[in-house]
Amino acid sequence: MQEIQKLGMKPTRFGFGEGLVELGTRHDNVVVLGGDITGSVMTSLFKEKFPERFFSIGIAEQNATTIATGLALSGKIPFFASYGAFCALRNADQLRISVCYNEANVKIGGGHAGISVGPDGATHQVLEEVAFLRTLPHMTMIVPADFEEAKKATIAMGEMVGPAYIRFGRSPVPMFTTADSPFVLGKANQLTDGNDVAILTNGWMVWESIVAAQELAKRGIKARVINVHTVKPIDVEAIVTAARECGCIVTAEEHQVHGGLGGAVAEVVCKNSPVPMEFVGVKDSFGGSGEPEELMEKFGLTWKEIYASALVAMERRDKGSSGFRMVKDVAVYNG
Amino acid sequence: MSSQFAVEFDSTVYENKRRFPEEFAPIANSIRQDIVKALVLAGSGHSGGPLGSSDIFAVMYFGGYMRYDVNNWFGSSRDRFVLSAGHMAPVMYATIANTGAFPRSEMATLRKYNTRLQGHPGRDMGLPGVETSSGSLGQGISIAVGMAMSDKHLDKNDHRVFCLTGDGEIQEGSVWEAAMSASHFKLDNFCWIIDNNDCQIDGRVPEVMNVYPIKEKCEAFGFDVIECNGHSYTELMNAFDRFMANQQNGTGKPTAIIAKTYMGHGVSFMNDKFEWHGKPPSWEQAAVALQELNN
Repeated sequence: MQEIQKLGMKPTRFGFGEGLVELGTRHDNVVVLGGDITGSVMTSLFKEKFPERFFSIGIAEQNATTIATGLALSGKIPFFASYGAFCALRNADQLRISVCYNEANVKIGGGHAGISVGPDGATHQVLEEVAFLRTLPHMTMIVPADFEEAKKATIAMGEMVGPAYIRFGRSPVPMFTTADSPFVLGKANQLTDGNDVAILTNGWMVWESIVAAQELAKRGIKARVINVHTVKPIDVEAIVTAARECGCIVTAEEHQVHGGLGGAVAEVVCKNSPVPMEFVGVKDSFGGSGEPEELMEKFGLTWKEIYASALVAMERRDKGSSGFRMVKDVAVYNG
Repeated sequence: MSSQFAVEFDSTVYENKRRFPEEFAPIANSIRQDIVKALVLAGSGHSGGPLGSSDIFAVMYFGGYMRYDVNNWFGSSRDRFVLSAGHMAPVMYATIANTGAFPRSEMATLRKYNTRLQGHPGRDMGLPGVETSSGSLGQGISIAVGMAMSDKHLDKNDHRVFCLTGDGEIQEGSVWEAAMSASHFKLDNFCWIIDNNDCQIDGRVPEVMNVYPIKEKCEAFGFDVIECNGHSYTELMNAFDRFMANQQNGTGKPTAIIAKTYMGHGVSFMNDKFEWHGKPPSWEQAAVALQELNN
């Protein structure tokens, strides 16, 4: 299989911060609202460069979200960023009624997402917001995989019209895309060619999926890794094609297995081209303290789970489906 | 139903200009009649708040305080009004209809299928004058603060932003987040009107959850606070005049007008009765109400 190089490590939040500065340079009406943790979510870069277009709202996510709505309804392009735990769920009603029902051009940056926040523990490790956000009418939902992609996604969401949310993480993650890599909102990127199993993934788990594909290749299994950076609107064509050509799918995300990318992909697959699916993600539990790598291991978010799930998915496909049996500790339907 | 009667909407519209206090009475009456007619036709909706705040709306929209272009509402440079208490939509719709921005007869479609006059305001319907969707309480005031920030600090124009909340609504904590930010950002172009009728669905406000003292709270949050009789055109004019002066003088203080009103005011059997928060009149009651308003 084609080699995908690791180009170093950097947090996706750095890409968000740099993308904002680029947007601010390009557009006079981009404004940023701070939620007290501007250094953590890197809006501090914009604040330094464009102090007259930065407003500190303090620890008040509901207010910041609705102030952003007012700014948007007055022709501005407001970005509000905080930790995803607080700027996707604490303000859920504001996102639903004020932002989305108004179709307000509000942009939200949800940082410190996923289990990889590490030592801060479960309260800060948001694992549910993708499920919520993708049910909101008019919302665009993006989960970039690395630094460059986060930067491009930030610029793209600022230059589209309508509510949008970007999810990014705290810890450094492998970089494998460059400034020249393609990025189009709503268009998934196929990273490896293969027809044996499709791995649909986003965020940090894209790199883990690449590693899983490399390991599968050692067994002669060609996996098609697709980076579904935009969860909404989802790339139906890429998913249906993968289902038809591979016959089985694994999804991998740093999120609850319910309702996130896996759910979004399953909706498309069930309707258009039903095939066996396996879901890698956090299995209906809260996180906890620890180093990011320890936690990814503990909660089953490494290439090893993706690898094992790929084998299970292929086996289910090959045996057909006419009964239940236990695979790992999960009941699955197969022959 | 035998007691139904033919409902007709007057087509008179009113100019927005500096007025003598007594000139507002026929306008407020016209707004109240449209509210009663629309609600009886809808068969559901909120009577109490809209009727009780009709005098406030008459002064705010027709006294030269808010600047708007009825022929090109959203295309124009304008002052904005945000109805944070979204359930009071009928009074906002009736008021805008009385400006001539859309036909008063359209009030007959209130809450009906495909109407622009949604049960709670929906901006997606494109009704002139409806700046934002609202209905989940406590949010409109933050939106208004965002608009006022945009006007004062980014576009640096002299636009005014008005926002009306209920008094029960200020039980929502995020209202106070908004209030805090209005004074933090020195929004002297922002006018918060609290429709202080002391009623909410479950009963009297202090019994459901005491919000008093409101005046001292608003003062502590940095507002210039004006308490007034929300049914006195003179007092309402004085209050809006003081807001205008605050902005013109660059006081850096937002204005809060605590307008003491009676829920359902203008219709005797609804006056000061919290039971009228969320229901429409029956046909018989509407006939009596319209008769009273016509006298």
